Amino acid sequence: MRLLRIVPDDTKFDFMRFRRISFPISALMSILAISLYFFHGLNFGIDFKGGTLLEVQSKSGSADLAKMRNTLGGLGLGEVQLQQFGGPSEVLIRIAEQPGGDAAQQVAVAKVRNALGSDVDYRRVEVVGPRVSGELLSYGVVGLGLAIFCILIYLWFRFEWQFALGAMIANVHDIVLTIGFMSITQIDFDLTSIAALLTILGYSLNDTVVIYDRIREMLRRYKKMPMADLLNASVNQTLSRSVITHVTVSLALLALLLFGGQAIHSFTATMMFGVVLVGTYTSVFIAAPILIYLGVGTGRDAYSSSASDKP
Amino acid sequence: MYFTRWKAAAVVLTAFVVCMFAVPNFFPEKTVQSWPKWAQRHMVLGLDLQGGSHILLEVDTKAVRKDKLESLRDDVRRVLRDARVGYTGLAVRGNGVEVRIRDDAGMPAAQTKLGELSLPLGGILGGSGQRSIDITNEAGNLIRLTLTNAAILERVRQSVEQSIQIIERRVNELGTVEPLIQRQGTDRILVQVPGLQDPTRLKELLGKTAKLDFRMVDTGMSPEQALQGRVPQDDEILYSASQPKTPYLVEKRILVSGGDLTDAQPGFDQRTNEPIVSFRFNTSGSRKFAQVTQESVGKPFAIILDNEVISAPVIREPILGGSGQISGSFTVQSANDLSILLRAGALPAPLTIIEERTVGPGLGADSIAKGKISSYVGAGMVIVFMLATYGLFGVFANIAVAINVAMIFGILSLLNATLTLPGIAGIVLTVGIAVDSNVLIYERIREEVRAGRTPINAIDAGFNRALATILDSNITTFIAAAVLFYIGTGPVRGFAVTLGIGIITTVFTAFTVTRLIVAYWVWWRRPQRVPI
Repeated sequence: MRLLRIVPDDTKFDFMRFRRISFPISALMSILAISLYFFHGLNFGIDFKGGTLLEVQSKSGSADLAKMRNTLGGLGLGEVQLQQFGGPSEVLIRIAEQPGGDAAQQVAVAKVRNALGSDVDYRRVEVVGPRVSGELLSYGVVGLGLAIFCILIYLWFRFEWQFALGAMIANVHDIVLTIGFMSITQIDFDLTSIAALLTILGYSLNDTVVIYDRIREMLRRYKKMPMADLLNASVNQTLSRSVITHVTVSLALLALLLFGGQAIHSFTATMMFGVVLVGTYTSVFIAAPILIYLGVGTGRDAYSSSASDKP
Repeated sequence: MYFTRWKAAAVVLTAFVVCMFAVPNFFPEKTVQSWPKWAQRHMVLGLDLQGGSHILLEVDTKAVRKDKLESLRDDVRRVLRDARVGYTGLAVRGNGVEVRIRDDAGMPAAQTKLGELSLPLGGILGGSGQRSIDITNEAGNLIRLTLTNAAILERVRQSVEQSIQIIERRVNELGTVEPLIQRQGTDRILVQVPGLQDPTRLKELLGKTAKLDFRMVDTGMSPEQALQGRVPQDDEILYSASQPKTPYLVEKRILVSGGDLTDAQPGFDQRTNEPIVSFRFNTSGSRKFAQVTQESVGKPFAIILDNEVISAPVIREPILGGSGQISGSFTVQSANDLSILLRAGALPAPLTIIEERTVGPGLGADSIAKGKISSYVGAGMVIVFMLATYGLFGVFANIAVAINVAMIFGILSLLNATLTLPGIAGIVLTVGIAVDSNVLIYERIREEVRAGRTPINAIDAGFNRALATILDSNITTFIAAAVLFYIGTGPVRGFAVTLGIGIITTVFTAFTVTRLIVAYWVWWRRPQRVPI
């Protein structure tokens, strides 16, 4: 049986030269993502904004959105959003946080339940009060920062500080671009999005560490190879692994995306973007070349390459 | 690549035993219950999968503080009265109580007696040196008693503990399976009730303080008069619980309180056939109630629940038996609920719902189905891809990943962990990571083969070099999972748990199981070339 070879043996792509294109592109994309975040904003879900979310299913076939909108609009609950969710009989209702503290949110839910009566089945009801939402948001941000910090410390111990810094720049780049993606698509930004961001972080690092591991090994073995060649060789040698791994992860994510249902849709869509699109690109085109700028291997005799030294 | 016999046996045994712990999940609950205790451990489905309510309650710290301040004021009054010290202007102010002693002669006595009110916190043992009240003297014989924050915290802590017991009694009356009630932080209580169709009733049972008082109605003045003019100092206006809201002028003094009840049961009035709640007092309650009703025949008294008047019957004859009934436009359901609340007792402080997440059983079942389909499809695609890429070694990888997933289920069962939908996503992602460890090893072997090593040498070097990388890359992902576990709640935590366990089992299988399979194959076939 002939085995599948996605990446041929002994590729010799000049990834390092591409940094003259990839760095400006990444900088531009990051700036774009940051400005999207500030000017377009994220679609904060109730976890962070507070408020009420109800997922209802009409008991009599298709749900009449216009009628429901009318009924709920007359309750004086401020902003009420209705949205088809999954099948035609399922509707997602979002109610903005009510003024008047935690008890007021419960009153709003009771009103909606009264108004819709027993025509619908309540599949999901989530109410997050103002205090909890504030805490969840700060936990999320602190968690993300804490994770980056811990990983940084670990990498610093395992490698040299340049590697840790390079990984962190790559990391922040991933997170920033993913947040930009969330802003463009206006995917619900909730607790599971934080989970998605942290997983992207983990995966992207995983990838970066594999390449860095190889770079470290090459640095020990070829003391005289020019840095750019060494980095190129390292990335090329690990290329087959990177591609195969990302194909398998994409396959797993694709299954979740197609069949996992609405409940984890925003999670998997974010992961797909972050892990598959950004993560791979980052480790190859950002994390590795940035080591040149951070001065890895400058202690060596970097510019006197000899033919016998090539791998 | 060499495994000693006992080492190989240890690996196989460990993997087998851990996998075996997953077995109870595949049998119905009934069957598993007949097994020995140690074999009964199994995964619990999260609320998002089996349906149910997650409700986070918070003790009203303000109410606790207010209560505590008022009782401090009463204590000060009692102490000064007992010590026969003249005082004026006793009142709650800000975070404390202020009182002005009339003349200088009273000051020493007042200071010692009031000083006795300040108690060391944390009992006799564990004394932290902090006291419950700070006492300061100011100009003009003004004494200020301030409640310390530690004292309030202590009280909040106690309130949470008492509330948990009371909530347990209330929720158990709903007859649901395995409700979870636990403290969160200092002033919060988490209630999780699986398999509940409609949480409205649960929330009603949780949201009521259920403070029941019996007090006299003041007939010296009509409520309307009192509302227009001045409410007498010892009275207050309370409204009826039923619509329309009618005002009652009731005394502040509590004759008998709900704490004196021993039992409450729903029933029907024999004459009118209306739903009622009948109750029985304990000995001291009976005595007090008998005395009051003897003195006040012909006068009305009020039955008050959470500061609302349920009914205000006139005492026709002394009630000596220590039992009675409450009637007042109940439905069968509300009479039933009130008797549950009265039996369970009153909460020491009001509770507010600050977070609620309810999933209906229909959505839960859908989520399970979707989780299953996506896992099967995802696993299927990965298996086929690995076979196409690595052939025989792909078979090895797939076996290792299957063992890996079985071990995840085993460990989750061993921990009685909760499986949530994001948790299933975590397992699917672990499959990706687990495959990656095999990819790392195989790619390394390919490289070593290209570098001109003999098959056995290449395989050996491939494993050795790749394992260091696997360890490094997995530790970073594990750090992310650990942080998620630490900051996350509910479903997110479920994701972190499966991801974290998945990483551990992945490292284990990569270092042992995969290696053992390949080593055995090498020993058996003595390959001339590596088929990858």
